[in-house]
Amino acid sequence: MAEEINVIQNDKPPKQKNNSASVTSTTKKQKVRKVFINIGLYTFLTLMAVTVLFPFYFMLISSVKTMNEYNQMIPTLWPKQFEWSNYAMAFTGDLHLGQLFLNTVIVGVVSTILSLVVTVLSAYAFARLDFKGKNVLFAALLATMMIPGELFTITNYITVVNWFDWRNTFAALIVPFLVSVFYIYLLRQNFMQIPNELYLAAKVDGTSDLKYLWKVMIPLSAPTLISITILKMMGAWNSYIWPKLVANDLAHRLVTVGLRGAAFTTASGLVNIPAQMAAVVLVTIPLLLVFLFFRKYIMRGVSRSGIKG
Amino acid sequence: MDKKKNQWKAWLYLLPAIAILLIFTVWPIINTLRMAFLEGYNGLAEAGGASFGFGFANFVSVVNYNKFLTCLGNTLLLTVITVPISTMLALLIAVALNSIKPLKKIFQTIFFLPYVTNSIAIGMVFMAMFHMVTLGSQPLSIGIINSIIEAFGGHAVNWIDAGSTTFNNMVVLIIYIVWNALPFKILVLLGGLQGVNKQYYDAAKVDGASRWRIFWRITVPMLSPMIAYVVITGFIGGFKEYTSIVGIFGDSMGPIGGDGNLNTMVGFIYDRLEDGFQGIASAAALILFAIIFAVTIINLYVSKKKVHY
Repeated sequence: MAEEINVIQNDKPPKQKNNSASVTSTTKKQKVRKVFINIGLYTFLTLMAVTVLFPFYFMLISSVKTMNEYNQMIPTLWPKQFEWSNYAMAFTGDLHLGQLFLNTVIVGVVSTILSLVVTVLSAYAFARLDFKGKNVLFAALLATMMIPGELFTITNYITVVNWFDWRNTFAALIVPFLVSVFYIYLLRQNFMQIPNELYLAAKVDGTSDLKYLWKVMIPLSAPTLISITILKMMGAWNSYIWPKLVANDLAHRLVTVGLRGAAFTTASGLVNIPAQMAAVVLVTIPLLLVFLFFRKYIMRGVSRSGIKG
Repeated sequence: MDKKKNQWKAWLYLLPAIAILLIFTVWPIINTLRMAFLEGYNGLAEAGGASFGFGFANFVSVVNYNKFLTCLGNTLLLTVITVPISTMLALLIAVALNSIKPLKKIFQTIFFLPYVTNSIAIGMVFMAMFHMVTLGSQPLSIGIINSIIEAFGGHAVNWIDAGSTTFNNMVVLIIYIVWNALPFKILVLLGGLQGVNKQYYDAAKVDGASRWRIFWRITVPMLSPMIAYVVITGFIGGFKEYTSIVGIFGDSMGPIGGDGNLNTMVGFIYDRLEDGFQGIASAAALILFAIIFAVTIINLYVSKKKVHY
């Protein structure tokens, strides 16, 4: 930390060094003040960062402890003995994590692809084509964003289970969420920034609308499309309430539902928390990896949406 | 001629989105309203030919329901406490981040990590951190948080286990919800800070304004649109709180022996849906919508007076 503060001091504009004596004394005072402020800032940020990171640290060290070590009165800060079999248990126990991963990836990939198609087509119509009632329709769509999802869930549950007979199918997990008004809005804004001249030029060259959409608009909007893809995949990974309602059999169960539902109870009646933490790590790591690789896109999408997943 | 062709084409592009929205968004709005005002509505009974009177009976049932007031109270309490705490903390962190250079990227990444996690999975980590392990009546581990408290000379607390007080449960929930809510707020506020014109700060420095004064007189007013945004989205998210509680306490929504003690509005809606009382669930969803709508309007009204654009 001391090094950091030195760096900051060195960053100061050099012209101050050549000032007259009286000014130097005040800048010296300011310099001391600045050092104290920086110490304060870094201490505060480090404390907060430790608080944020602590659950991750706890989850990781607990996931490789033996049950005996975990249940000691005085906790160890680093495992004395690494129990890697905790991780194997997530796949072999009643959690069936392998199957859950597969289910979640199927739902995530299929719903992302279909949702992208629907979103691109709608955003194109709203951004590029003229038709009667366009603005009214768009305003109506935006208005639905105000309504909490729970209000839809009740009827959708009846529709999906009683009418479509989709209980325990992937369709029940995918179809109701294919259209996101927010994503249509996001992409339309992006499409509208593409200059009209490009479209007219393409028309003169005899390019069809679909070809123009595919060759020009989609590549130019790639960052937004990547943001949508990642947020949609994260949605499948994190969704809990709806999947638990409509598809809770092993062949269709999603990771989050399975993770919360699995018992991890041992013969002695104790919960095997290390094994539970190992499963939590396995569910958490893919998201963290995606984040580290696609940081920019996730933050872009998130700061504008205000929704999680 | 071309115009007409365009009309037809636009609707074709919009067809998939509109079809899905009609079934899973528009129909639920209509049907939820219908079910809410059909007294004692139940989908199966309707299919069997039963008819229902029209009136406010469902709303009366909701209010008279055992534990409805607990759910409403918990939801309000959690929202009213966590939104100001997380907003203040996020503001402090964002301002601190904005005034440092070295390590800024690393801190920013760390503070964003909770966002890319699964609320249920990390809720289970918090559960383990606060959980006391006992075998029969014999205590084993008191949990990492209690160990830390004892290391600093305090006494272990029964946070979430059988016989714990609702107050202690709430403390854990508030810590977790704030931890979870920080990243989005920091991201938005930091984005706002980076957009503030540096000239304001330079002018204030020339005038010899103190840091504290600069913070309240320049930073906060310039950031007020972003602050309003995170407060409004925070309130909306707070009223829909559910998965954090499931993460820590499981589907019982309370400690052992206190099932449902920590239930929220959203939890109430799903419980009634699972009981088969769709009319009551719909009425509760409308009440939730009305609350969210009212709070958003109040927030917008207040921010119109206070927000400096």
